[in-house]
Amino acid sequence: MTSVLTIILQRLGLGLVTLFVVSIVIFTAVNLLPGDFAEAILGQGATPEAVASIRRDLGLDQSPIVRYFQWLGNMVTGDLGTSFAQLNFQTNLGGGDLVGVAEQIAPRFANTMFLAGVTAAIAVPFAVGLGILAALFRNSAFDRATNITTLSSISSPEFFLAYILILFLAVLNPVLPSLSNIFQGMSFGERLEKTLLPALTLTLVVTAHMMRMTRAAIINLLASPYIEMARLKGISPMRVIVRHALPNALAPIINVIALNLAYLITGVVVVEVVFVYPGIGQLFVDSVKIRDIPVVQACCLIFAAAYILLNLTADILSILSNPRLRHPK
Amino acid sequence: MTRISRRGLLKTGAAAGVLAASGLPVRAQAKRGGRLRAGLSGANTSDSWDSRTHSDLFMIASAQGAVFDSLTEVKADGSLGGELATDWEASADAKTWTFNLRQGVTFHNGKAFGADDVIASLQMHVEEGAKSAAQPIVAAITEMKKMGEHQVQLTLEAGNADFPYLLSDYHILMFPAGQIDEAIQNGIGTGMYKVSSFEPGVRMVATRVDSHYKDGDAGWFDEIEYIAINDNTARMNALMTGQVDAINRIDFKTEALLRANPMIRIQEVTGNQQYTFPMLTNVAPFDDVNVRRALKFAINRQEMVDKILLGHGRVGNDTPIGPANQFFFENMEQTSYDPDKAKFYLKEAGLDSLDIDLSASNAAFEGAVDAAQLYQASAKQAGININVVQEPADGYWSNVWLKKPFCACYWSGRATEDWMFATAYEEGVPWNDTQWGREDSERFQDLLLEGRAELDTDKRREIYHEMQQILKDDGGVVLPMFANYVQAVANKVANPDVVGNLWQMDNGRMAERWWMS
Repeated sequence: MTSVLTIILQRLGLGLVTLFVVSIVIFTAVNLLPGDFAEAILGQGATPEAVASIRRDLGLDQSPIVRYFQWLGNMVTGDLGTSFAQLNFQTNLGGGDLVGVAEQIAPRFANTMFLAGVTAAIAVPFAVGLGILAALFRNSAFDRATNITTLSSISSPEFFLAYILILFLAVLNPVLPSLSNIFQGMSFGERLEKTLLPALTLTLVVTAHMMRMTRAAIINLLASPYIEMARLKGISPMRVIVRHALPNALAPIINVIALNLAYLITGVVVVEVVFVYPGIGQLFVDSVKIRDIPVVQACCLIFAAAYILLNLTADILSILSNPRLRHPK
Repeated sequence: MTRISRRGLLKTGAAAGVLAASGLPVRAQAKRGGRLRAGLSGANTSDSWDSRTHSDLFMIASAQGAVFDSLTEVKADGSLGGELATDWEASADAKTWTFNLRQGVTFHNGKAFGADDVIASLQMHVEEGAKSAAQPIVAAITEMKKMGEHQVQLTLEAGNADFPYLLSDYHILMFPAGQIDEAIQNGIGTGMYKVSSFEPGVRMVATRVDSHYKDGDAGWFDEIEYIAINDNTARMNALMTGQVDAINRIDFKTEALLRANPMIRIQEVTGNQQYTFPMLTNVAPFDDVNVRRALKFAINRQEMVDKILLGHGRVGNDTPIGPANQFFFENMEQTSYDPDKAKFYLKEAGLDSLDIDLSASNAAFEGAVDAAQLYQASAKQAGININVVQEPADGYWSNVWLKKPFCACYWSGRATEDWMFATAYEEGVPWNDTQWGREDSERFQDLLLEGRAELDTDKRREIYHEMQQILKDDGGVVLPMFANYVQAVANKVANPDVVGNLWQMDNGRMAERWWMS
């Protein structure tokens, strides 16, 4: 067990290093965005004096390296900073009562997690189940149909899938709301109903990957001697797959599931905008539009951390599910 | 009906008959009840109830349109009415203004409204370090005097006949004195709707107060819900699927789809929103009035309205005063496309042909580059070779506008003539994007000062008409079109015959003025 702990700690350390590298990339990329907050917020009023005064107030006139280390330093101490839009009007409020980026993001992030959770609850059993069935009836019409459908849904852009679903489930047969404006104080049932369309869209996007990996991993094992043994014992094909093949195919499946879960958190931007779902993705888009760099950077960092963490989990789970890795010689 | 302009409607006495015959809803049928759900753009996570920071529809409709009141209000027909001020009086030089305040009004937290609140609410725009777009309006007040619990006297540094109009600005809302920070936090105003939930950039819900001084005239809904939908397609979708009852700013390209839906109607008003091509009148060759005239005859305005606005607008006549202004010179002779006249003026300027650069970017307005190319094509017939320079969108307002001698530009217009001229046509003001000054027209600048302090409406009309004439003939701006405000409303929501054209969504006041049919 100690070796597992060591591995986990090692991986966490590596994750932190990755996050540090990512922070440099994020900072550089965000600073490469053309235009800045001062110009975005002033619009037509962007006279050189007004732009310079806002830049001075927000510290944008300092060198990028100074700004990077300030940001990094604050980030390490858990301070995500304050959005420019808030800072810009700080003097109106006499300097008090500012909402930090962390507080701004928290409710949005919770919403995104809810959407990811609902999607995962639908997509994972659905994809794994489909994968098992496809493996069971491999090369049948069912297998082909599943493959074609899931592959075409993963190949279509998300907004297209979203509009197709809206057309069929909200316009032609109004069963689900096309607007996912969830808010605090909504009952769980209502919230679920409003979240269903974006969740279904995301399900269509992530199913193919998981389903095909499940199918491939299982089929791969079906040629193994122990499966033949099980078949010779006279066990039903379904039981052979679920009881004998699946546990040994778990490692790659878990890996793919974790990757797709990470996608559910980081890849929701477009879907959230289409459905007006108040998650972190929409906040991200709004903030990029006005070049509100502290919010953009914090969102990016959260996306990166989610990706790294879920990959880490995938690695650890695949180690735990594999006795050979669990007890290395 | 929505295609008839407000002013056109008022002018023709027959209009009333037309409306009665068409069976459109009239005000008498307005009734209480229901919940208005509107999908609005222009929302941001950093939105707050601090009116000094407001700049886009979502907060304007929420604050001035529902939760807060101002001293004065521009009515749907463009006239000025009292909101928290009942009436006002000016000294003969239009310098000292006395406002009588409404009695018996309370804020949502129970505090009574009075003169102190007016003074505190005005002061917040000129506080040290405060950033407010209304700062210049309030800074012009040299003295604020409380004459009684319900009377204030404001003294201006110079006479301004439009002062009560300026106080209807959506930045200047009335907050409770001594509790301003709290009011900004929670949205405590004197409006017809009391905030029940506000998530910045997401949603605002407000419920009707039990009794209000506008009872019987406005405020028909029991509850309003404004949902932030910044994405055009998502907004249209929400209306099409019945998730909301009204949306602002519809995309012209998908307008036909909305029109095809029998449950929805399109509401369209022409206001002062204008797309322009300003030239710097102190830079050659634009310093020659004949070159400017040639350029005005070389543009095909109707084609611009048809192709750039897809018909949702009206041609402009090279003055920034639009149909939403009080003294709009509607019957002024229209400058139209005439290559021969353009050639004539070119000859007057001593030129056979003219080569100029026109800087454009879609940051100026949607379709600005296309508009510049249309201009290029039409001007070619008149011997004017326009070279369209496509500028980067980022930094357009700081690097191109006011700097390049001829460029594309956008103005939302102003509620009053003087305000518009003082912003962009008075000699020496920072946003004077044509460098229009005394050197160009001594008369214009004199009239500007004269009109500002003149209280007599007929004289003011004369003054402002003459100023529009001067700009049309000699001015440095080519103003080919006014762009309409186009919004869509579900048929279950009714609106009065006349919808405000100062801004989108009935001047942002649909919570007060519309009702469930």
